[in-house]
Amino acid sequence: MADAMMTADAGERAGALSRLFQGGEASTTAGPLTLSEMPVPGQINLRGNPSDAAFAEAVAKVLGCRLPVAANTVEKGGDFSLLWLGPDEWLVLTAPGAEAELSAGLVEALAGQHFAITDVTGNRALFRLSGTPAREVLAKGCSLDLHPSRFATGQCAQTLLARSGIILSQVDDAPSYDILPRRSFAEYTWRWLEDAMAEYR
Amino acid sequence: MAEFRNSSGGRIDRARPLTFRFNGKRYQGFSGDTLASALLANGVHLVGRSFKYHRPRGIVTAGAEEPNALVQLETGGYFEPNLRATQVELYDGLTASSQNAWPSVDFDIGAINGFFSKLFVAGFYYKTFMHPRSFWMRVYEPIIRRAAAGARAPSEADPDTYDKMHAHCDVLVAGAGPAGLMAALEAAKAGARVIVADEQAEFGGSLLGETSGIDGIPAAQWVEKMRADLAAFPEVRLLPRTTVTGYYDHNYLIMAERKTDHLGRGMGGVRQRLWKVRAKRVVLATGAHERPLVFADNDRPGIMLAGAARAYVNRYGVKPGNTGVVFTNNDSAYEAAIDLAKTGCRIEAIIDVRPQATGAMAQKARAAGLRIICGAAIAGVEGAKRVKAVEIAPLSSDGETVGGPVKRIECDFVAVSGGWTPAVHLLSQSGGKLRFDEAKACFVPNVSVQAETSAGACNGTLFLEGALEEGAKAGRAAVEAVGLMPAQESALPKVETVEAAPIHALWIVPGKKPVGHGKAKHFVDAQNDVTAADIMLASREGYRSVEHLKRYTTTGMGTDQGKTSNVNALAILSRTLSSPIPSVGTTTFRPPYTPVTYGTLAGRDVGELSDVARVTPMHGWHVARGAVFEDVGQWKRPWYYPKDGESLREAVNRECLAVRNGVGILDASTLGKIDIQGPDAAEFLNRVYTNAWSKLGIGRCRYGIMCKEDGMVFDDGVTTRLGENHFLMTTTTGNAAAVLDRLEDYLQTEWPDLKVYLTSVTEHWATASIAGPKARELVGELAPDLDLSNDAFPFMSMKEATVAGLAARIYRISFTGELSYEINVPAYQGMALWEAIFAAGETHGLTPYGTETMHVLRAEKGFIIVGQETDGTVTPFDLGMDWIVSTKKPDFVGKRSFSRPDTARTDRKQLVGLLTEDPEEVLPEGAQITADADGTPPMPMLGHVTSSYWSATLGRSIAMALIADGGNRQDTTVHAPLGVKTLACKVVKPVFFDSEGARLNG
Amino acid sequence: MLLIECPWCGPRDEIEFAYGGEAHIARPADPSKLSDAEWAEFLFFRSNPKGAHRERWVHAAGCRRWFNVERDTVSYRISRVYTGACEPVGEGQ
Ligand SMILES: [Zn+2]
Repeated sequence: MADAMMTADAGERAGALSRLFQGGEASTTAGPLTLSEMPVPGQINLRGNPSDAAFAEAVAKVLGCRLPVAANTVEKGGDFSLLWLGPDEWLVLTAPGAEAELSAGLVEALAGQHFAITDVTGNRALFRLSGTPAREVLAKGCSLDLHPSRFATGQCAQTLLARSGIILSQVDDAPSYDILPRRSFAEYTWRWLEDAMAEYR
Repeated sequence: MAEFRNSSGGRIDRARPLTFRFNGKRYQGFSGDTLASALLANGVHLVGRSFKYHRPRGIVTAGAEEPNALVQLETGGYFEPNLRATQVELYDGLTASSQNAWPSVDFDIGAINGFFSKLFVAGFYYKTFMHPRSFWMRVYEPIIRRAAAGARAPSEADPDTYDKMHAHCDVLVAGAGPAGLMAALEAAKAGARVIVADEQAEFGGSLLGETSGIDGIPAAQWVEKMRADLAAFPEVRLLPRTTVTGYYDHNYLIMAERKTDHLGRGMGGVRQRLWKVRAKRVVLATGAHERPLVFADNDRPGIMLAGAARAYVNRYGVKPGNTGVVFTNNDSAYEAAIDLAKTGCRIEAIIDVRPQATGAMAQKARAAGLRIICGAAIAGVEGAKRVKAVEIAPLSSDGETVGGPVKRIECDFVAVSGGWTPAVHLLSQSGGKLRFDEAKACFVPNVSVQAETSAGACNGTLFLEGALEEGAKAGRAAVEAVGLMPAQESALPKVETVEAAPIHALWIVPGKKPVGHGKAKHFVDAQNDVTAADIMLASREGYRSVEHLKRYTTTGMGTDQGKTSNVNALAILSRTLSSPIPSVGTTTFRPPYTPVTYGTLAGRDVGELSDVARVTPMHGWHVARGAVFEDVGQWKRPWYYPKDGESLREAVNRECLAVRNGVGILDASTLGKIDIQGPDAAEFLNRVYTNAWSKLGIGRCRYGIMCKEDGMVFDDGVTTRLGENHFLMTTTTGNAAAVLDRLEDYLQTEWPDLKVYLTSVTEHWATASIAGPKARELVGELAPDLDLSNDAFPFMSMKEATVAGLAARIYRISFTGELSYEINVPAYQGMALWEAIFAAGETHGLTPYGTETMHVLRAEKGFIIVGQETDGTVTPFDLGMDWIVSTKKPDFVGKRSFSRPDTARTDRKQLVGLLTEDPEEVLPEGAQITADADGTPPMPMLGHVTSSYWSATLGRSIAMALIADGGNRQDTTVHAPLGVKTLACKVVKPVFFDSEGARLNG
Repeated sequence: MLLIECPWCGPRDEIEFAYGGEAHIARPADPSKLSDAEWAEFLFFRSNPKGAHRERWVHAAGCRRWFNVERDTVSYRISRVYTGACEPVGEGQ
């Protein structure tokens, strides 16, 4: 019987651009700029009350880092980031595949509290845009003030890039930015970025 | 060298000659020229024909305010209309032609309109083309369109690239003339983030045509020094060729940058860029526009503004002619006269309407050997395609008439100044208010509404020293306002100042005959061909407000927005009404300051980037399978999968029968999905859905309808209880975001005490919906460990299982009426699941089906689609779904509205099924339904068809409709008048197939 | 393009927000106690003032929080942004 054909490889995770790149590496350059799709990171949506010490402590214990309570900031743990999305909402980005264990740990630590842990690993694609003109490329479609005095490494925002909602986070001073569109917007966002990069070729 | 080009002087590069074509003829200019300066250098003044009268028209200005010299550039995809020759930078190979010149600028047939000029008085649109009505489309409109010409629309796609850029700054300086440069430097020195934008190729504004020095160096050198100083600040962005074109709320400004226009077309890269700037403070330093004097036949080619004549000779080394007359009511034209005389023009006389010329400027002119004729005016002009001579006559002391001996002076150009109008357009756009300054005879900024300051000429400060000082002050004030410390104050640049004698406002210069009599015309708005007589007539006809006057006479309504004409028009209206200018009012300027290309406005929102195409993880498979897609919101969903040239109907028939008789599969990934967690989750659902949720078992699913407070259906979907305090809600594809916003609204603002968290998981899950009598067989093969019996896995329940090696959630729900399993895996495994299902499905004849088949199948079952059977005016009762509305719950969203008198009416439009008498006829969706077969419109409409399909299963057409009192019309006949025919239909229950639901269990 | 200060995320362009109509129209605690006229008042009637208007906005492209804005409907000037169901005391700055 065709058992082999009928069974997919559960460990393999298709990127959001596999249609465009036919399974090849989703990456492009233009002069000093590089744009790449990163391996699908584990994504956990976390909801809870940060002013409740029990909640904040439990989260900090599991993740080994402070819960970011300042708006638009990112805290870094071992191999994950914790992004502030709202006054009671965060996004945990983990190494691919680490989300199940981390979720379970959080659920256990928060038992008895009012919280929500949701695996949203399929929700968003992760692109990284890097290079000196990256700020300008983003400014073509993003109305945030990305001047280094306003938006620096370690900051994040939920905003719009052209016609797509994204989570934007600056990861280094190159500058490099992580851009997380919803997965169904990934092809559009990629094409838009590629187009916006064209003048720096 | 062209005839009128001086051998030296100006900011052009004589080492870089450029060849261009205008109206078919070849000419030469230089790098640094505008099209206008290059034409004038070649002695070409005649550049177009006027809008109504087809009078020959020449270049009047040297900038953005140009009313006449409208040209179109290039051909094919690069064709571009509506450009001012005075702003087009010359490039090699440029091809231009006159815009208003059918059949040609030199051919006088258009001037026949001159004979009919009586037809073209004020309000001519309203008066002339009224009757007969039938003439409108056939006769008048084509004539108007042809004669008025205006711009032709390009017929090919524009191959150039345009884009947009957001920018933020502490201080935006609009205009890099003396005031703007000073403001920018002060802001920069304080460490502010500064943007300086200027519409011209070079910074400097009026200083580019200035001959006097600043701080002991020529003005142009001073400008270059300032530019270089500014460029050295890392937080300063300098944008030449960038027009600040719109000033919107909260200090949001739009700028249009022309990046490569001056190099030619098709240069690659970005041609034009739209900047969207959020500025904390704005310094408006936009300068002033000179206005003409309104005298008889003041529109003849060769007559231009004095400041423009000065700019041409000083900045471009171009003489406007050989012999000129200067005509003025203020001192500024004297400087033009002096510079023109110095650079090789013969200035016959300065005609000054003021009774004496004893001021410092007059002394200076006399010292330069110029003749001044005071208390006089130009009473007439000779020459049609070019001024040949002017007639000078003494003015009466009240300025109302000319009399005495007429003196004829031959000349080939006239330089005119009627005073200066501050460019208050951006201030006006920002909501700021103006006041009329009698002494300066112009409107000046009065009240600021937004965070801006006007400085220099645009603030009515028309002398250099004042502009520099105001600019510096504005720059310092701006940085202080944003919380920065201004730099230590430094001395202002030193300039030579000549005290100006006051202007003498003379709004209409009398001619030999009273205004409006005889052949001579006193033009006010040259672009729209509005004369002083038109304005006076309009005011006699009762138009007393400037806004009405504008629309009636069209004055100021051209693409130049009356930059040179508005104040004159207003003053003439006020004079005719004998009421002061401020009480007549001033017009409001609207964006854009100068026209902006559509390309710039569109930016990159063209082609495949024009909108988002949301795709599911399985999209590539659908494309490879040849699916035809349907847009659902922004989603691309497979509509149907045609095989071997099948039509839509053939494909859908095949897909429908496959699902009813075998097994089909639908990509249902697009449905909205909301994860709901918290101890009050069930209570929350009780409040937002019409039915009850508390008793839903874990692992069980329930269909729900959500209403708005007005009782109308808002959304529907199946919600599953995943745990005691954990639900997964599905929403319609198009409504997903709106539902989440609404639910958050209730949670955050109405019921903050409820402990519930919502998380969108729409994109996390990929969904393959397998339906049909053979579905169990196929799913059984894919998930061998799962007991699929009806007892173990009943309808409306959910199981977690391994499907094709992937951890999945399987929902046994059905939108087709068939046995159905919806298999969900994370999006990153969606394609793997789909391919595995097909690998297994081959032997089962698995057929992919699209949204059209889904619609037919659900309609056969009478299942509604929100947005198709509903339109925001339909209650669950109207849909015949009384069963979904709980009578036990004390309250839920919409409940109270069900007892409102109108909502409770029993004769509301209600959902029914319709069967056409002729089963082959498929009603068009949206068709109106009437009670009577015959009748002449208007006749009462009972309602309309909401869904209509050919049902392959039933071998006939089916339809659903919302019709008044539908519940009581069962088994009656209604009619659908379609124009060509009327279809009789029987009203039935909206369930056409398997009404007992026997097929759900396979 | 208004600049709206999200109480959580900071100033953002209007395009990131969705409008929610007049603020401080609380859903009646027990709608069944209301007469038809009173219910209609809640459903359909709004003050629509010329001048200061307290209105609801949601940061749809950001934190998804609902909040209140006091905005002048003539000048579009925003005098304050605040959270919570209660009207703040006193005038805008
Ligand atoms: Zn926010």
